[in-house]
Amino acid sequence: MSDGRADLPLTYRIVHEPRALFGLCVLGLMFLAAVLAPWLSPHDPLEQDLLSSFLPPSWKENGDPVFFLGTDNLGRDIASRLIYGARTALIVALIAATMAALLGTVLGMLAGFYGGKTDMLISRAVDIWMSFPAVLLSIVLVAVMGAGLHAVIIAIVIIDWTRFCRVIRAETMVQKERDYVSSAVTIGLTRVRILFQEVFPNLVPLLIVLLTLEMGIAIVVETILSFVGLSVASDTPTWGNLIQEGRQYIHQAPWLLGLPVACVVMAVLGLNALGDGIKEVIDPETRQ
Amino acid sequence: MSYPYLINRLLLALPTLAGAVTITFILLRVVPGDPIAMMTGPGATEADIAQLRAHYGLDQSIAHQFVIYLSQLITGDLGTSISLRQNVGELIAGRLPVTIELVVIAMLIAVGFALILALKGTFWRGRWPERLVDGFIGVTVAIPDFLWALSLILILGVAIPIMPIFGRMDLTISFDSWTNFYLTESLLRGRFEVTRSVLYHMVLPAVSLALPLMAITARVLKSCLNAEMNREYVTLARTQGFGRLKVIYSQALRNALVPATALSGVQFTFLIGGTVLVERIFGYPGIGNMAIDAVINRDLPLIQGLVLTFAILFILVNLLIDLFITFLDPRLRHV
Repeated sequence: MSDGRADLPLTYRIVHEPRALFGLCVLGLMFLAAVLAPWLSPHDPLEQDLLSSFLPPSWKENGDPVFFLGTDNLGRDIASRLIYGARTALIVALIAATMAALLGTVLGMLAGFYGGKTDMLISRAVDIWMSFPAVLLSIVLVAVMGAGLHAVIIAIVIIDWTRFCRVIRAETMVQKERDYVSSAVTIGLTRVRILFQEVFPNLVPLLIVLLTLEMGIAIVVETILSFVGLSVASDTPTWGNLIQEGRQYIHQAPWLLGLPVACVVMAVLGLNALGDGIKEVIDPETRQ
Repeated sequence: MSYPYLINRLLLALPTLAGAVTITFILLRVVPGDPIAMMTGPGATEADIAQLRAHYGLDQSIAHQFVIYLSQLITGDLGTSISLRQNVGELIAGRLPVTIELVVIAMLIAVGFALILALKGTFWRGRWPERLVDGFIGVTVAIPDFLWALSLILILGVAIPIMPIFGRMDLTISFDSWTNFYLTESLLRGRFEVTRSVLYHMVLPAVSLALPLMAITARVLKSCLNAEMNREYVTLARTQGFGRLKVIYSQALRNALVPATALSGVQFTFLIGGTVLVERIFGYPGIGNMAIDAVINRDLPLIQGLVLTFAILFILVNLLIDLFITFLDPRLRHV
């Protein structure tokens, strides 16, 4: 490695990669908002105050400093709703991305390591999966299962395992040809043990990158499904619900749409930057 | 490019289509929502409901329904929409031109700007404008079309209201279309005020769809161009005195387009899938918007017809991309 910092600890290098640092900050903020939501929110996100509906953010004319980011049509506090929305977004992102990764990785490892019929079966399934329009499929799936957070998570897993499967399969095929696998075969380890104890640790860096990117995708899918009216009940504050509600008052109160859109954009940008940053640090070959 | 190759490719698509049709059919049959209950009023009697259920064939077993559906499908009959009470094939045929025009314009925008970005980025290789191009691509690629659509509405529809954000054209213009290809037809019939209005309404939805595809295509094309720029034929051409711009345009570009198209091809199908939400957000009357209504109304025949239409579009686009690659690279024509 030509880079002199290559022997420094991985965490140090990740923190000193600007994009990864930006992503970590965004993720950290979301995490704080999600965990500390009850203490951070100035108001109850569901509390209605019809006398102070459609208040603009406090720095604007007619703004009320009590409602820092303004209120919606029912006089609910936007800042509190955004903070609680971060909680839903993070829960969906973590659970859905982890489950999709688990399913996709196991299938991808099996396809890549065993080859032959196993590979053909799994790869064919991935091909058919990819011929569906993903957005339409997720909407149909949630319509089938009935709205709700669990349905959203299952829909994301059912659609996005293919992302992990394709990449992990390819990487497993590369790893399989490495000398350490031959050595493991020579000392008589079983194939399952080689796959999960020897090959798997080498897939972890790639997996972390994919997982980070998938979390961004999961947040967007949750937003989309809320937007179409198929996610959680509309009184639960999620960013998608906020967008859906804000869209109805776009000329009257544009901040109702603008603020949640900004949150989703920041979250997605941050997670993408984190994924790209980590990839750059752990994989010098992708550097140009 | 030979006909046997083309026919072979089309035949290979059949199992995928069959898979898509079967999975959609089975998925929809376990829907908990009852489409018949949604279409009847609160005053309907049990007998009315049973009669309607029989009318749409929903009282049969799933296997029996599937056989009926397949035998109709083979004769080209997609059934009758439950919510709109019209033939599904006619409904889709009426809306499809809207989506096709939008998608084609969006793809042209995406490819055009991707070419400009990649060529400029390569031309400025190693200097600060290249980093600017990379930064722009990096931000654009991360944000999906859905968020672009909402952001563009906020910026160019509300903050600086210069763009229309709803519908396909001004409702004050009356245009009796024969084909529903408004753009093409209005040009051919010389109704340029219609063309203007349609194009004007198309800008924001088309750009929302185009931006992610543009970014990914530009990124792939730029890295392929960079690889080409390190090849010996480029050095040779440069030592012969050709300018950098000339070499990029006349030699490197054509070679870089082959791997770039192969790598970014699948993204073109993502653009088609994106119409579902983007058309919804802009109230654009295409098949994507129709699909969401169909799902909300549990309109089983219509959903099936639309998924089939999308799958066919995906397969056609993939085929066109393959044809384009073989056109660019003569070595592939004999495979």
